Formats: sequence, structure tokens, C-alpha cells
Amino acid sequence: MTLVAAILLGSERISIFEMTEQGRAILFHIRLPRILLGACVGGSLAVAGASLQALLRNPLAEPYLLGVSNGAALGTLVAFVFLDGYGFARPLLAFAGAGIATFAVYQMAKSRMGMNVERLVLSGVIVTTFLSSIIVLLTSLLDAARLRGYTFWLLGDLSQATYDGFYMTLAAATVGTIVLSSQARALNLMMVGERDAFDFGVEVGRVRMIVFGMASLLVGTAVAASGSVGYVGLIVPHLVRLAIGSDNRLVVPMSAIAGAIFVVLADTVARTAIAPRELPVGAITALIGAPLFIYLLRRANY
Amino acid sequence: MLKINDITIRYGPCDVLRDISFELHEGEMIALLGPNGAGKTTLIKALNGTLPASGEILLNGTPLFSYSRREIAKRIAVVAQENETKFPVTVLEFVLSGRFASGSVFGWESTEDLELANKALEECDLANFGTRLMNELSGGERQRVVLARAIATDAKILLLDEPTANLDLAHQAMMFRLVRRRCREAGSSAIVITHDLNLASEFADKILLLKQGTIFAAGPPAEVLTEANIREVFGVTTLLDRHPASGSVRVTAVY
Repeated sequence: MTLVAAILLGSERISIFEMTEQGRAILFHIRLPRILLGACVGGSLAVAGASLQALLRNPLAEPYLLGVSNGAALGTLVAFVFLDGYGFARPLLAFAGAGIATFAVYQMAKSRMGMNVERLVLSGVIVTTFLSSIIVLLTSLLDAARLRGYTFWLLGDLSQATYDGFYMTLAAATVGTIVLSSQARALNLMMVGERDAFDFGVEVGRVRMIVFGMASLLVGTAVAASGSVGYVGLIVPHLVRLAIGSDNRLVVPMSAIAGAIFVVLADTVARTAIAPRELPVGAITALIGAPLFIYLLRRANY
Repeated sequence: MLKINDITIRYGPCDVLRDISFELHEGEMIALLGPNGAGKTTLIKALNGTLPASGEILLNGTPLFSYSRREIAKRIAVVAQENETKFPVTVLEFVLSGRFASGSVFGWESTEDLELANKALEECDLANFGTRLMNELSGGERQRVVLARAIATDAKILLLDEPTANLDLAHQAMMFRLVRRRCREAGSSAIVITHDLNLASEFADKILLLKQGTIFAAGPPAEVLTEANIREVFGVTTLLDRHPASGSVRVTAVY
């Protein structure tokens, strides 16, 4: 339903009853891939966020905080600057970047006494800022036109959507959601306490590696296709938990659906709010997300 | 059920536990006593494989390390010092998570799991708490939920790390009675860390008195709880007499 409504809304008015040649072209080659991509990106980010939050026992954690997104952004940028023209380079390097960033954060946070959450989050912040500075350095290599495109993309932008990008993120979103849902029962225990989970039979280290790996895959492909759409991984799982409780066996798959709806709606606003111009969808999600984040932070004493 | 031969654990240069050996028999309840920093919690962590220890730990005759996490969790349940969660987890969900090791990794709980969880809640005097949220409970209530989760596992060995720390008088007794009844009736056994010498004297079959990582004394309460032992380990002077009702050793500190 959301998808249908989103298809029909746009800066170019299209009637399904009097379909012109041009209208059909806009519908199937521009709007539809964009909406489908948005749905996959939203689902991916929300699922990654929900799983990371459970793993780190912090409802305010999300891919961006851990540097996963920035790793993916840097990977994409490297592909953009040095390997432009290779279609597969962007998602591949984004995944690699997300994976390396996650691994770096994990190694930094790990200590002889095991892993504690404060160290992990702090390491994430450090990796994020470090990667940001490399991103800034690399963007200086871009010429003005490409820089504008890249800046838009960095904020989270679905306007470059293609069917190829959609298939890629669909595959990643499907695999990621299924694998992470399969770990949801273990995550229910991890969410309460890592030592507890271990005591009650969870292979804590293995679950952690699976979640990190799958979150890197989801975030990497999502960022490669549409840049850093912020706050989705934070807001959506939160709303889902408000609606159905904390059981990750429901939260993880429901986040996929809710995330898809959320990003498609946000992108519809981005496309239509100041039509015929467009906003990056990341600007809309951040515009909704940041105040909500502050509100939640103040209300719930995290 | 659990046989410990000469285990030693070191953090850095110093031994936290040194040459600990003892045996936990079926139906037995052992109280682990000792001052702060004596290594009680470390010992509990070693017994379920959380901390690696040199030496030998045999669970039902087989080395502990040859069991998987789930297999250990099916046999040994831990009540650790309490945990807080920032997620809105209900009491029933929390207790059901104790059934993780018995069910499938992916699936949902069975009706049997649900029955065990509800029975455990009832036993811990939490019959109507199922739908309450964990982070809305008081410290003592939460501690009872943590006990209920351990009981819901149906594991034969219970390891309890200061389970009575936040409990009122009535629930302290309930906790110890419950654990002892499980030992007597269900063929379970338990190791309980406590600072309450009188509860240990009243309920435990055997006391291990730890001092600086070694077992200072071990045996039935009446043998271990002596004026001399307590002064040596805790550095306090006490008066000992018999409890007028139960006849077990009663320890009164002299200030």
C-alpha cells in the first residue's frame, strides 16, 4: 500500500488511467527502482540497528555510532574515485570497508578481560572520526560536479537508484534478515547480559561475529547504493519495540518491514516536499530522527 | 556431580585461586564463605567454565571443557549478581530465556518451557509478575526473577552468587529453603556464596571457608564455624552458641 501510494506521488503527476509513454518511463525506470531500493535500504539498516542494539545492550546504539557506516562510505568513495565504472566495485568495497571498520572497532574494544560495552562504543566513535577525516581528504580529489554528487550521496540519497542496485541490496537484505532472525533467541539473552547469556548456553563469541558480519553486509550494501541514510537503524527498532515488546524474534523481522516502509515514506517526502527539486532522503530521516533521539534520551534516562 | 581437583586461577602475577579441591555430591548444598576478595565469585565462574582454570573440573565424571556451552548450561545454572537491562523485557520473557539451552537455537518456547517457567515463578513467590517489566521491579524482586530463571532451566547444579544480597528477611529464608528443597527432592545440588554465616549454618550441608584464594577450612557447619576459624579468616571476634529452635551453630559478632 505504501509502495503504491509512493509510486503515484511525485513531482511529475502520473495517472494510472491515462498512462502516457513518458509516464510509463518515469514510473518503471525512475520511480519504481527508487522505491524498491528505498525499501531494501530501510529494511537493511533497521535490521542491522536492531541486532547491534541487542548485541551491545544499548537501545541507542546503531551502525553509525560503531563506524560501520563510515567504513562503508569510505569503501564506496575509494571505488568512486579510483575504480569509477566498475559496477560491482562500490558495494564490494563498501562491504569490505564496513567489515574492516567493524573488525578494527572490535579489536580496539577487546581487552584481556573480555569486551566491555563502553570501550566498544568509544572505539566506534574514534574509528568514525578517523574515517571521516580520510573521507574529507579523499573528497578533495574530486572535481566540483562529482563532489556535489558525492556530498548528496553521503547524506543518503536514493535518486541514483537502478535495478542493479536494487537486486544487490535485496539479496543482502534477505540473507541478513534471515541469518540475524535465526540468532534472535540468542540475542534475547545477550540483550540482558553477556555473562548471563554465556552462563545460559549462548556461544557469545560466535553470535557476536555473526551479528557483526551480517550488520557489515547489510550496512555495506545499503550505503553503497544510497549513502548514509541516518537514524533509520535507531528509530525503527525503537518504534517496533514500543509496539510489540523486546522479543528479538519479532523485533528483527518486523524491523525489516517497518524500516522499508519508513524509508519509502521519507523518500516520498524528499521527492515531493520542494518539487521539482529534491532533497536527499537522509536529510529527511535525520530531520525526524534527531529530535526524536533527543526526546527519547531525555525521557528514558539512557 | 562436580569434582574439582587442584584448580588454580591467576590474573597477572598473583594467584586468585590456589590449589582448590573439593567435591559436590548429589543432594548436597555447599555454602561458600569468606571475606571480600577471597575468590568466591572467581571460583563460581571457574565451575561453569566462564574462567579458564588450570587443574581439573569433572562434571559427572567428564572434564568440563569437553562439554559445549549449551551442554554445560543444561546441567549448571547460575544466579549471578543482578543485571539491569535497558530494554522493556517482561519477567516471563526473562525467565523463559533460561530455557535457551534446552530448546532449539532458533525456535520458540514449547508449552513445557512455559510450564516450567510459570512453576519457577510460583516457587519464587512471583506468581503474578509474568507481565511486569524487569526494569520496573525493585532490586529484591529482580533478584528473585533471576533465581526463577535459574530454576526454570531444570539444571541439576545451581551456583548462586550472593542470591540473598537484596532480599528481605522472609525472602532470604524462602530462597534458602527453596534451594535446599530442590537438593533434597530433585536430586540437585547447589553451591551458594553468602555473607550470612547463620543462614549458611542453618541450611548448608557443608561449608567451604575461603581465605586469600585457598580453602581454609571445609566440612559440616558445626566443624567449620568455630570461634578460631572465624577470627582467623574474617578478623572478627564472635560468640558462638546454639540456635534455640533448630540447634544449629549461631554466630554473633562482638563489636
